Amino acid sequence: MDIQKRASAGTMESSDAYIEIEPGNGALQIQIESVVEKQFGQAIRVAVEDVLKGYGVDNASVHVVDRGALECVIRARVETAVLRGKGEA
Amino acid sequence: MRRSMLFLPGNNPNMLINASTLGADSVIFDLEDAVSPAEKDAARILVRNTMRYMDLAGCEVIVRINSVDTDYWRKDIDVILPEKPGLILLPKTSTPEDALTAASYIDEAEERFGIPKGTVGLMPLIETALGVENAFAIASSCDRVKALFLGAEDLTADLQCKRTKEGREIEYARTRLVVAARAAGVDVYDTPFTDVNDDEGIVVDANVAKALGFTGKASISPRHVEVINDVFSPTGAEIDYAYEVMDAIALAKAQGKGAIALHGKMIDAPIVARAERTISMAKALGMDRREGNE
Repeated sequence: MDIQKRASAGTMESSDAYIEIEPGNGALQIQIESVVEKQFGQAIRVAVEDVLKGYGVDNASVHVVDRGALECVIRARVETAVLRGKGEA
Repeated sequence: MRRSMLFLPGNNPNMLINASTLGADSVIFDLEDAVSPAEKDAARILVRNTMRYMDLAGCEVIVRINSVDTDYWRKDIDVILPEKPGLILLPKTSTPEDALTAASYIDEAEERFGIPKGTVGLMPLIETALGVENAFAIASSCDRVKALFLGAEDLTADLQCKRTKEGREIEYARTRLVVAARAAGVDVYDTPFTDVNDDEGIVVDANVAKALGFTGKASISPRHVEVINDVFSPTGAEIDYAYEVMDAIALAKAQGKGAIALHGKMIDAPIVARAERTISMAKALGMDRREGNE
């Protein structure tokens, strides 16, 4: 099921992540901003992709602003954004 | 053992991920008052993930869901129950039917998720005048109810009186809840002391709660946790006395005596039961000075 509408989740506060998701242009695009991108950028990407895959999302544009969030927090915020984007929240 | 219970807002990652480092025996991840309606969905998922992925060793997680008169509480249970919280705190429980409504849904959810029936306990939050008057009926409404919890902020609003540090306005509710809970055979927890900057007030308030018979006390600030833990821990003198009681009982038994006295006072079953609880708690807290010598 595709993302139906633009949605966001999370905050810009420390230890949190802010996620924006919107309908894609035929593919998955993930943009990540993080102060720890050099060390954890790939791990963040894998976590984001894993959540999207779990919801069958393969056509969306996702923007992640990480404020030092743990993986479980990033996963929670992506999941919330996806459900909101699908209109299921 | 739950001496202290610390409320943490359910949509604040910084506080949730540090839950086990704040010293409380239990933390209450709050999906109710601390979360705005627009963020209920986000908080549920964040709390679930924190419980699922974080090592919160040594710290019990309780979840305050939304009340049964909202559209949120069933979804709260659906998302949280698979993580098996120590207890579910049910706000605004005013009647036995409120508790039974939640308990019945938890029954269904446990079956749905393959969790053994009765795994997750229920702790009604008594914070209305009607709830106080129905306290025993609520506490004894079903086996899933493991404790009562007094919420003084909403209660005083319902009573149309001012909440004060001295707490005269909640004396009746406190004693009523302790009696109701003990009569029903469940634990009972006291309301938070809400002035987080009053380091002396919390000592007084926690001692009042302990003296009345509360099992433990909640807090909205990590600053109060250490005081609450201290107040609700047995003292060295209490532990020593408990062992004297048990020694006297053992001696009387060996001598075939039915009735015994210690320091001029008869030792009866309730005193023995209290001594056993004190020793059990001392052992759990590593305060047992006899451990290893027995």
